[in-house]
Amino acid sequence: MAAGTLSETRNAQCDDVFRQKHGVLEANQFGLLIQALLHKGYELVGPTVRDGAIVYDRIHSPEELPVGWTDEQEPGHYRIQSSEEPAFFGYAVGPQSWKKYLHPADVRLCAAERHGKTFRILNNDVQPKHPFAFLGVRACELAAIEVLDRVLLEDRYSDPTYERCSAGRFIIAVQCAHPAATCFCASMGTGPRVTGGFDLALTELLDSKGHRFLVETGSDRGAGMLAQIEVFPASQEDINQMEAAVGEAATRQVRSIDTTSIKNVLYQNFEHPRWDQVAQRCLTCANCTMVCPTCFCTTVDDVSDITGDHAERWRHWDSCFTLGFSYIHGGSIRNSTKARYRQWVTHKLAAWIDQFGTSGCVGCGRCITWCPVGIDITEEARAIREGGLHGKP
Amino acid sequence: MTITAHAPVDPMLPHPYVVREVAKETSDTFTLTLESAKEANGRSFLPGQFSMLWVFGVGELPISISGDPAKHNRLVYTVRSVGQATHALVSQPVGNTVGVRGPLGAGWPAEASRGRDIIVVAGGIGLAPLRPLIYHVLSNRKEYGRLVILYGARSPRELLYRKELASWARNRDTQVLVTLDYGGLGWKGHVGVVTTLFKYARLQPGRSVAMICGPEIMMRFVTRELETHGLRHDDIYLSMERNMKCGVGFCGHCQYGPHFICKDGPVFRYEKIRPLLEKYEL
Amino acid sequence: MESLEHIIAEHPFFAGLDNSFTSLMVSCASNVRFKADTYILREGDPANTFYLIREGKVGVEVFAPSRKPIIIATLSVGEILGWSWLMPPFQWKFHARAIDCVRAIALDGKCLRTKCEENHDLGYAVLKRFAQIIEKRLESTRLQLLDVYAVRR
Repeated sequence: MAAGTLSETRNAQCDDVFRQKHGVLEANQFGLLIQALLHKGYELVGPTVRDGAIVYDRIHSPEELPVGWTDEQEPGHYRIQSSEEPAFFGYAVGPQSWKKYLHPADVRLCAAERHGKTFRILNNDVQPKHPFAFLGVRACELAAIEVLDRVLLEDRYSDPTYERCSAGRFIIAVQCAHPAATCFCASMGTGPRVTGGFDLALTELLDSKGHRFLVETGSDRGAGMLAQIEVFPASQEDINQMEAAVGEAATRQVRSIDTTSIKNVLYQNFEHPRWDQVAQRCLTCANCTMVCPTCFCTTVDDVSDITGDHAERWRHWDSCFTLGFSYIHGGSIRNSTKARYRQWVTHKLAAWIDQFGTSGCVGCGRCITWCPVGIDITEEARAIREGGLHGKP
Repeated sequence: MTITAHAPVDPMLPHPYVVREVAKETSDTFTLTLESAKEANGRSFLPGQFSMLWVFGVGELPISISGDPAKHNRLVYTVRSVGQATHALVSQPVGNTVGVRGPLGAGWPAEASRGRDIIVVAGGIGLAPLRPLIYHVLSNRKEYGRLVILYGARSPRELLYRKELASWARNRDTQVLVTLDYGGLGWKGHVGVVTTLFKYARLQPGRSVAMICGPEIMMRFVTRELETHGLRHDDIYLSMERNMKCGVGFCGHCQYGPHFICKDGPVFRYEKIRPLLEKYEL
Repeated sequence: MESLEHIIAEHPFFAGLDNSFTSLMVSCASNVRFKADTYILREGDPANTFYLIREGKVGVEVFAPSRKPIIIATLSVGEILGWSWLMPPFQWKFHARAIDCVRAIALDGKCLRTKCEENHDLGYAVLKRFAQIIEKRLESTRLQLLDVYAVRR
């Protein structure tokens, strides 16, 4: 099937002009949606339970989804638990994000062969990409994908790997009704309601009327996909119920970041004592950057075989928390833990706005959950603001 | 939401260039001349831009282009051997192929400075990224006012481009002043840090644009000295340096405050980065 | 041919000095000249004269065993050579060599020292000016000390 270019895909998803169609899909018919996607040739990726977490992987049937699982998240704490309700999407977010597929952790940039004094770049075997279909994309995750689009496609240069992985992507979003304790997307303006940028959006409804999904279409492709499966028309009551659930989810979030003049707050408090305090706790383990859905930093490694005639350039995920990240002329610029933690937060919440026009943080809370010592970015931001300098730089 | 058009070319793919010459400048610094293996006309570049140079199987480095921008069929780089990758680069025999990506980055404001006096302040190997600018000014002499070149190096044996320095000084309305940190008996020139040359430079602050390149400490005190001589913050430009893995704004290593040194720099107007220069471990 | 009085009065170092003090300076001053590669002053010698350089370059040098003399600073037109005459033990700490042909005005430090003790206003004016020179030299020296062009490994 023709994958279509990424621009076509995104234009289609963002076009609010055509009618928002709703439908109701029974939970026991969910397999039809999965089948339709697979039949269309998509590489379907969705949530599944593995190793005590809800991670993303290839999905072939509804049984592989985390049915009846929920998650419990606190700073430095993550557990999944069986729930009485057999909800498919009764959790918030797991340790992985969609950048696992769009901005893969290990990419071979090129291979080359040496012939005497010269070398030849070999044609990269471009994996024929079946476009991805992402099932279960939260509002915060959708915002994160858009953030990465801006960084990797829309700046001075475009990343061909990201482009290849994103082309023709089909997004099945999920409206969030169960925020985790570490979620703060409402304060970041990225959720919990998904409003656009998707092909289909699902709201899971589980009550006396049964287990069903309210499906919204967000694009022609989404409408086309929906047309292929058996859905009941949605009632206004269903739609109201969806709005109420999502609206309530926003109020149930216990964390927040005040983003008012956040740039000034961070730029002007470079020497705030709080940085020293958090540095006492931070292990520079880089977990936060690995789980963060918008962190994009990479490094490049050169490898060759034992003959030295075949060389490859590989790109790997990297983190500004590593000592070597800022190495230059015999030493690292950001030597101390303090400097590295400060760099990450300042970049994520402030510098990103100057660079790309939006915050780099989508409020998913992963960094809080997965920090082994439970450092909470919302707390750090608050402490800097409250104890800090104000006024014009 | 529209998506801006992008070049279909992979910005991470190195292009093959052949080493035509390796000239020794000092005990650890060499100037390489490269010629494209495929593109007959080479690539044009602006003074102050850099390339990512790749040694097969070893590594890739950002190196400032230090040749004449009017002769872009050959790319010239002055490289100091300080580690594994730079050592491999300067050890390339003539005829070997290296990979080149670029030209990259924002260069010196050569066009915008037409009609003004140009003050070039270089420290150590910092003269290399400034040399294309000097060539450009000398080739377009009538478009510019006075040219003042202030150059500081460590010792007599670490001076770059000695013959050219002498020939540049012979140009009309051009002043070349050189100083060393350590002088020996044979050195009849000036000894002292590069700021000590300012008292000999004939500067007219309102008419001048200053372009500085060298170790960051040196650039900091040179800008202070220029300030005391009355230059405005938007008439001073610095070439900054940070760790780079990609050179095209993707790897994130070269960030300096909100700026990517590979895209927004390496040349920056002083006004823009003044608050950042004083920040330790930024 | 400029008179000593004129040169001293016009020199930035002496700017703002009381007329009577300027006259005093003139009375301690004389024109001197050094051939290229000769020593103007040597480390360890008594420091009783300082120089206002009018032409040529002077290298301030240090000797170390088994090393050629190292020039640590170059002074030239308009600069002052020598401040050790101002304070005990009134001894030169470095060599100073005329790199090329040097013309200078030599000022009798010994005489000036006595006059500064007698007239503290004069003393203050002189010390204030030398303090500025020393501060600038110290700043430059510190920067030189950093050896910024060396390779860090």
